[in-house]
Order: sequence, then C-alpha cells, then structure tokens
Amino acid sequence: MGAGHGGPLGAAYVAGTSAVHRLEPHTKLVAVLAFALVVVATPVHAPWAPAAYAGYAVLVLAAAAVARVPAGRLARGLLVEVPFVVFALLLPLVARGPRVEVLGLSLSESGLTAAGGLLAKATLSVLAATVLAATTEPRELVRGLQRLRLPAVLVQILAFMVRYADVVTGELRRMRVARESRGFRGRGPGALRVVATSAGALFVRSYERGERVHLAMLSRGSTGRLVTGPAAAVPLQAWLTALALPLGAGAVLAAGMLLG
Amino acid sequence: MSTAPPSLLVEDLAFAYPDGHQALFGVDLRVGRGERVALLGPNGAGKTTLVLHLNGILSGGRGRVSVAGLPVERRNLPEVRRRVGIVFQDPDDQLFMPTVGEDVAFGPRNLGLPEPEVAARVAAALDQVGMAGAADRPPHHLSFGQRRRVAVATVLSMHPEVLVLDEPSSNLDPAGRRELAEVLEALPVTVLMVTHDLPYALQLCPRSVVLDGGVVVADGPTRELLADADLLARHRLELPYGFDPTRV
Repeated sequence: MGAGHGGPLGAAYVAGTSAVHRLEPHTKLVAVLAFALVVVATPVHAPWAPAAYAGYAVLVLAAAAVARVPAGRLARGLLVEVPFVVFALLLPLVARGPRVEVLGLSLSESGLTAAGGLLAKATLSVLAATVLAATTEPRELVRGLQRLRLPAVLVQILAFMVRYADVVTGELRRMRVARESRGFRGRGPGALRVVATSAGALFVRSYERGERVHLAMLSRGSTGRLVTGPAAAVPLQAWLTALALPLGAGAVLAAGMLLG
Repeated sequence: MSTAPPSLLVEDLAFAYPDGHQALFGVDLRVGRGERVALLGPNGAGKTTLVLHLNGILSGGRGRVSVAGLPVERRNLPEVRRRVGIVFQDPDDQLFMPTVGEDVAFGPRNLGLPEPEVAARVAAALDQVGMAGAADRPPHHLSFGQRRRVAVATVLSMHPEVLVLDEPSSNLDPAGRRELAEVLEALPVTVLMVTHDLPYALQLCPRSVVLDGGVVVADGPTRELLADADLLARHRLELPYGFDPTRV
C-alpha cells in the first residue's frame, strides 16, 4: 500500500542507463572485489603509495562519472566508513616509534602512515562499493551473487530479504502510525516497553508471514530448491568493460612496484 | 462430460488439528468439471482447513479427496499440486520472487518444464489476467489489484484443473474487483471460491456451498441460497445493506 518505488533497500540505487548500469551484476561484483583486493595489497609504507592511491582514486571517480553517480550520493556512501575514521585518528596517538610534532601534538610517524593508508584504502573501497550499489538494483545484486555460486541457501535468504523489506517496513510504519494516532509519544523509559512490544508483534507477524509464504510455495510444487531461469552468456567485451577498473588499478600497482 | 471424473471429489472428510481442535466433521463435496462454486461460511467454519486438504497440505484425518480422479495422497502430491491451484488471500504471501515473471515461472519450473515452455506459459498466464508486459516488474511496484491478478497467474501457469481462490475480492477497490471478476469469468477452468462477499459469489458462481461447524449445511443455486434469509441468519451470513439477490 503506497510503498514508494525503491523502498528501504532501493534507496542506494540511482536509476540510470549508463554503461555501468547495463553491465551484468556479477561482472560488477567481481570488478569491485578485485579492485578492493588491489587497493588493499598496496604496501602502506612504500614511498610511492600516495601516488598509487591517487591513481586508484582517479579510476574509481572516473567509473562514478561514467555511471553518473552524483557526488552527494558518493559522500553519503562514505558515511559507513565513519567508525574506521575514528580508529584511524587514534592510530598516530597510540602507535610507537619515531615521533613528529604537529600543531604541538607529538604524533607517531609510522602511526600517521598507517592511519593515512587505512583511510585511503577504506575510502577507495567504499567508493567502489558505492558505485556498485548506485548502479545495481538490490535484486540484481542477489542475482549476481547467485551467478557467482554463492550457496543457494544464502541466495534465498537475501532474495527474501530484498522482496519483503518493503512489506515488513510497511507494517512497521502502519504500527507506528497506529500508536501515534492514539497519542503515543516515544519518550521516556515507559515508551521503551511499548516499542519493545511492537518489535515483538512485528517479529510474530513476520514469522507467520514466513509460514504463509512457505505454504504458498508448497502449493505450487516447491521442493525447497529454488529453480531459476537460464542466465544469458556475458560477452568478453562486457567483462573487459567491467574489469577495466581493477585492471587499471592493477596496472597502477604494478607500475609502483616496478618503478618505485 | 458425464464420463469425465469430477474436478473435486471430497468424501466424508474429517480432520482435527494436532492440538485437538476438530475443524471438519465429515464433509462431502463434488465439483464437476468447469463448474464455478462459491464456498460460503462464517469465520471458523472450516473453510481454510478444507481448502488445505484439496492439495494435500493437510491430511491424515478420515475420508478421501480426489482431484479429477487422482486421489490426494503422498505419492501423488506433485501432480495434485499442479492440478489444484490455490490463490491465497494476501498476494504478498504468494508473490515472493524478485519479479512478476519469475514468480509466474516458479510453478512451471518446479514441474521441470523446459525453459521455452516455461516462457510461453508465463506469457500466456500474464495475458490471461490482463498483465501482459509486467513480467520484469517487481511485485511491490504493482497496485494491490494487479498483485491479486498476478497471484492468479502464478497458478494458471501450472495449467490447473481447478482454481481455488481464498477471499479473492478482499481489499480490492470496486474497479479492481470488477477487473478480477472479468478475468475469472473468462477462465476455462473449474473454480472454487472461498468468500464472505455474497454479491461476488452471486455474480461469479451459479452454485454455492455453505460450510458451518465443519459440515456442509447447504448446497444449491447461489440465488436460492442467498434468498433464504433463515439459512443465512443461522450461519452468520449477511447480505450488504439494500442488496436483494432476487433482483440482480
């Protein structure tokens, strides 16, 4: 009822028809994973590391530009990184070794390098993942994981989550509206009891829905194995397009190792 | 026609749930090929319990059920579930796949049909319910009425002998209700429709069966049953205000 397009999981998706959008989801998953591996494999203490990070950044931002992902969307994607940032900021204070004076603070040199490396690697990987999420619908991601032979049980759990996230949040919203329509205001310790009861009710409802879905599956001859249709073959060209990002990053890494 | 076995044959069916609650006390029901029958009755009459026996989800009580001559028993379950297409009340329970097309393909794929056949059946079933071209859409982007019609398509694609609908008109707006009625009237299958919506029963089903207290208490032409005020009152069935079944 009135569930907006996209829903809670679809919020990450930026509709579009760019070359990145059109790639098969599993090729994009492989590309992002490979890119992250190259980024992580870059030695932090090498003198050419900052140049390599800059190279990776150019590559991932170019991918974002091709996909027309707005800068604001990229920035929001980086929010998941905040806990790492806190950790990274602590590193120069607690690490040992030779120290440098910065604005009157005595900071560890190796701590600074480690923190910088951590921040750069996390940021680059998150940016790549954000481009993936912004150009691939959740159900397509699940399909991609399935094609990459993720165990069927996990694929089914993810698929059901994608399908029912809207339904369950819709129920949650209706329960909240019903609570507040009767004068409930979520403040104070007393409110906690009411919210906990709602959460319990939502759990029971979802559990019962699960049972009804299972019944509907059995009624259509399900044996527990989710049979899906044939997957279209991916031409070499599409793989090359998708893998341009990690291949470019690999070239940067190789150049650093050979020349640096 | 006379030689074809009835689509549904229920004989002396009794059933108690494991907690001891007895829901059915000897139900007899015969639905001929191509008939459209409404199953009426108050809440708790045993309607859902009966429906779940038709495709062998529930079993183990007394009595027999057969679908177009095939007894409902364990070794026949795959074929029974192909023959009996149940459309549940909440389309969100029925539509669990990421897209409409995959959901309509779910049944045929469970039957092990080859892909070209699956694709043909998906297209035909969606066309039958007036949803051709919706195959690639996720179910939550559809209106409630559209989801209900897609739910019907998910069982039509299995080429059922009998279509069993649980409260098909619930939560539909008048236009959605009319569109569904047009779809159902055009289908060349046997229909058993569980409903509280008596005008809808009259519109779609020439014959009605009233279930109450776990037994069939009335079985006859829908118009006659609905005109019997005493019968309706005895079984907590009520016509909408101002509705006169003899004048429709």
